[in-house]
Amino acid sequence: MRFLLLFSRQGKLRLQKWFTPVTEREKKKVIREMTLMVLARPPRSSNFLHWRDLKIVYKRYASLYFCCGLEDQDNELLTLEVLHRYVELLDKYFGNVCELDIIFNFEKAYFILDEFLMGGEILETSKTAVGIAMEEAETLQETMEEYMSKPTY
Amino acid sequence: MPAVSKGDGMRGLAVFISDIRNCKSKEAEIKRINKELANIRSKFKGDKALDGYSKKKYVCKLLFIFLLGHDIDFGHMEAVNLLSSNKYTEKQIGYLFISVLVNSNSDLISLINNAIKNDLSSRNPTFMNLALHCIANVGSREMAEAFAAEVPRILVAGDTMDSVKQSAALCLLRLNRTSPDLVLMGEWTARVVHLLNDQHLGVVTAATSLITTLAQKSPEDFKTSVSLAVARLSRIVSSGSTDLQDYTYYFVAAPWLSVKLLRLLQCYPPPEDGAIRGRLTECLETILNKAQEPPKSKKVQHSNAKNAVLFEAISLIIHHDSEPTLLVRACNQLGQFLQHRETNLRYLALESMCTLASSEFSHEAVKTHIETVINALKSERDVSVRQRAVDLLYAMCDRSNAKQIVAEMLSYLETADYSIREEIVLKVAILAEKYAVDYTWYVDTILNLIRFAGDYVSDEVWYRVIQIVINRDEVQGYAAKTVFEALQAPACHENLVKVGGYILGEFGNLIAGDSRSSPLIQFDLLHSKFHLCSVPTRALLLSAYIKFINLFPEVKGTIQEVLRSDSQLRNADVELQQRAVEYLRLSCIASTDILATVLEEMPPFPERESSILAKLKRKKGPGNLHPDLDENRKERSANGGTADHSSTTSNAKVAASPTPSTDLLGLGSTITTQNSAPPASKGTSLLVDVFSENIAAFPVETPVAVGPVADENFSRFVCKNNGVLYENQLLQIGLKSEFRQNLGRMYVFFGNKTSTQFMNFAASVVCQDTLQAQLNVHAKPADPTVDGGAQLQQILNIECMSDFVDAPVLNIQFRYGGTLQNIAVKLPITLNKFFQPTEMTSQDFFQRWKQLGAPQQEVQKIFKAKHSMDTEVTKAKIMGFGAALLDGVDPNPSNFVGAGVIHTKTTQVGCLLRLEPNTQAQMYRLTLRTSRDTVSQRLCDLLSEQF
Repeated sequence: MRFLLLFSRQGKLRLQKWFTPVTEREKKKVIREMTLMVLARPPRSSNFLHWRDLKIVYKRYASLYFCCGLEDQDNELLTLEVLHRYVELLDKYFGNVCELDIIFNFEKAYFILDEFLMGGEILETSKTAVGIAMEEAETLQETMEEYMSKPTY
Repeated sequence: MPAVSKGDGMRGLAVFISDIRNCKSKEAEIKRINKELANIRSKFKGDKALDGYSKKKYVCKLLFIFLLGHDIDFGHMEAVNLLSSNKYTEKQIGYLFISVLVNSNSDLISLINNAIKNDLSSRNPTFMNLALHCIANVGSREMAEAFAAEVPRILVAGDTMDSVKQSAALCLLRLNRTSPDLVLMGEWTARVVHLLNDQHLGVVTAATSLITTLAQKSPEDFKTSVSLAVARLSRIVSSGSTDLQDYTYYFVAAPWLSVKLLRLLQCYPPPEDGAIRGRLTECLETILNKAQEPPKSKKVQHSNAKNAVLFEAISLIIHHDSEPTLLVRACNQLGQFLQHRETNLRYLALESMCTLASSEFSHEAVKTHIETVINALKSERDVSVRQRAVDLLYAMCDRSNAKQIVAEMLSYLETADYSIREEIVLKVAILAEKYAVDYTWYVDTILNLIRFAGDYVSDEVWYRVIQIVINRDEVQGYAAKTVFEALQAPACHENLVKVGGYILGEFGNLIAGDSRSSPLIQFDLLHSKFHLCSVPTRALLLSAYIKFINLFPEVKGTIQEVLRSDSQLRNADVELQQRAVEYLRLSCIASTDILATVLEEMPPFPERESSILAKLKRKKGPGNLHPDLDENRKERSANGGTADHSSTTSNAKVAASPTPSTDLLGLGSTITTQNSAPPASKGTSLLVDVFSENIAAFPVETPVAVGPVADENFSRFVCKNNGVLYENQLLQIGLKSEFRQNLGRMYVFFGNKTSTQFMNFAASVVCQDTLQAQLNVHAKPADPTVDGGAQLQQILNIECMSDFVDAPVLNIQFRYGGTLQNIAVKLPITLNKFFQPTEMTSQDFFQRWKQLGAPQQEVQKIFKAKHSMDTEVTKAKIMGFGAALLDGVDPNPSNFVGAGVIHTKTTQVGCLLRLEPNTQAQMYRLTLRTSRDTVSQRLCDLLSEQF
């Protein structure tokens, strides 16, 4: 997998993950083309597209589009399930995840993704294992109260 | 503001995000961001040292601002500081910032590397994972250099935690992708293979991904993985639907691992060991059988995961291409999917069938689905599915169904989506040519293309139809009649006018006998389109008119009048004006004989391969594997032995290495063959002029200028024919050549010095400017891939047309580890290669020497010796230069004289040379006398560099 993008129905980017080195300029271009292309797809189309030399797999969950660029040898159907698994993990962490969760806790969305994908390949397919990893991380964190006592600026 | 904030809410961040969201306009947002940036800057610069929490919060805010699409030019240092924090969340945010914002050439990289090093050696699995993630996310060369040796150690160390092993495997995979040369195989490789046996399925999954990537690089090192992978796969496939607990996904046992194992097996040919092979076949059969079982769940996740494994199994079956029963079963399965109600499955079935069509075992089976595919083309609502249908029709096309497929594609073209029209046009043009039994069908097809989708018909397509008509007598009359009829339409596409103008100009006489298409009617018809056309087309029409004057003397007056009109003779466009003036003049002063000679019918074009294929591939974009699949298919079919397929093999291959003159009409060679035709002022003949516009308007084919042209070794080849021409870290180019008279053949050997395959390999030879007419170099097609450590041979056929100075350039392009490499090397084809030695007596020599005494025939050079002045070496060099070394001719025994004849296609040039060494002064005097001043000069320049 070369990249993963999350964007809203209005084309607002919510998360971007690049698995190969890409220049900022090129990133902007890809993001623009992906949002234009995917948002223009009529409903009930297939979830797959060809774009340049990549296979694009996308899926809409509520107001968010999840979209990845695959290399020729990657498996499209299973990528759909990678996206689904990611949504499940977000759900598990946030409890019925919505777009706002990802906006306000964008760093968490990245961390969960990191527990699950690495270098564009699946790192851990077991939901429990990823969940445990996230919880371990949680326990390492300082308590809420400690932070709340600090000034906001 | 939502309340969600587990663990470590950063209230300041949430407030800020919420503020941004409440901004009513872009301006307000920018204002708010600038305010925040100013605040953060002042905090960072302030005297008060920030605590970890604040630092984390501000860094996180910066990250948010960056992800909104704004530039961030500070904060990197603070992020790096966070890396060394002991608090997990602070470290984590630091790493996140680094992996999103730090590019590879940052000067902070050594600080970052240091922090990573500390975490890697911390023995704290959570910290180690963060560090490995960071390496994988940044993945720069500097990081690869720093950690490519360390990561494998972590991976195979006995005491490494499973989760760290997983991260280390994928981290290494990532490093190997960006810097394959830095990831060295070693003692760890064998231990990595054994991770396939690991208890932990997560470790096995990650390891399989890694091994697949490494096996592509050096298959030999990982050969043992095949049997392990088959064993593992077999256990998964035969396990119950819940045996694997967590690794069962919606009642499918370990779909990710299964797919990865099947992918790994696609790096290798079918296992040789009968037992392993049998076990694998069993697995594949089981997977195919499962597709027929009722689903265990109605959820789409279940069917997706199950079918993902199925499709990967089919890919492996196609890759092995050795078990006819499996192939046919795979084809039947895909056939079922073609009619499935899930659009995704129909899409994938069409895509997989494309590759299946390449197998000789299943090609016929694929063909049985033609009606379904045609139906998909007509009825699918999704354009990307229709596009796959077009691809499949193209792939399944052969002589038996070409007419049907071309007809269906043509009729689809009328309603096709704009985005894919050009591609369909190219495909139709290729199929029509490849499978044309009678060329009237071909001509009709191309004219229909222009009619239905004229705007999408590229120059290559209409060049090609003209080339074919000119080369095939039997179709010329039909073509003339057909274009004449097509031009009758009140509105016709400009491309049709081009084809019509050219064909009637050449072959209008073949239909002139019919009073309905008399010369005058033909001319009037063409001229009625003239004012609607662009300048290049008008220029072409003017050439057609002068051809008419030759074909039909009776319309000479009419045409002269047209040429004479102010709108032509004083046309603002210089090209049109020049043509009108020259053609008018030609028609007035030349006798019928001369006219007939000058304006003779175009000679057949040299048979060359279609560049339409090349164009089609370019459209697909770089790195796409589909054209290669296409090629593989043809290669395999050719092995199967059918005649029509083997011809397509060469077709596809040539296209893979576009030569500079892949213009369809072979303009380069036309110029050279027509050199003798006289009157045009521009140096090219009138006949060629017809296309001079197109030469200029043909930017696609000119090779990209790629950096400097390497010529270090060039002069070493002047006196010898074999050796190493070029070498860098990746590639070595060796040469072996032989020349006779004005012909030569050069074997170019491209050696891949790495252990990674070069993809999209293409080498082409460019003769620039005047050299184009002086030297013909034809490169035979070569394979588009060069395996690691392997050598690829390419043959160049060379013909010297006339004497020349410049050297052709060999342009090489290939893809190595993801980056495109461009190399340009000056090819040592020099004038002296076409020397034939001539023995002569002393008397003859001096007699000729005197005859060539005119000042411009002699070129002399006095120069300092660059090497030791060894007599034997000098002799060898002169002989290597190509001249006969004449002993006892010169009265001074320490002088060297030589004689020979330079052969070019047009002339032969006798050459005499004399080299006088002065050992005391360490100087030479070289004298060249030939019948052509340019030859004398060039030979003198070449030879004087050798001593």
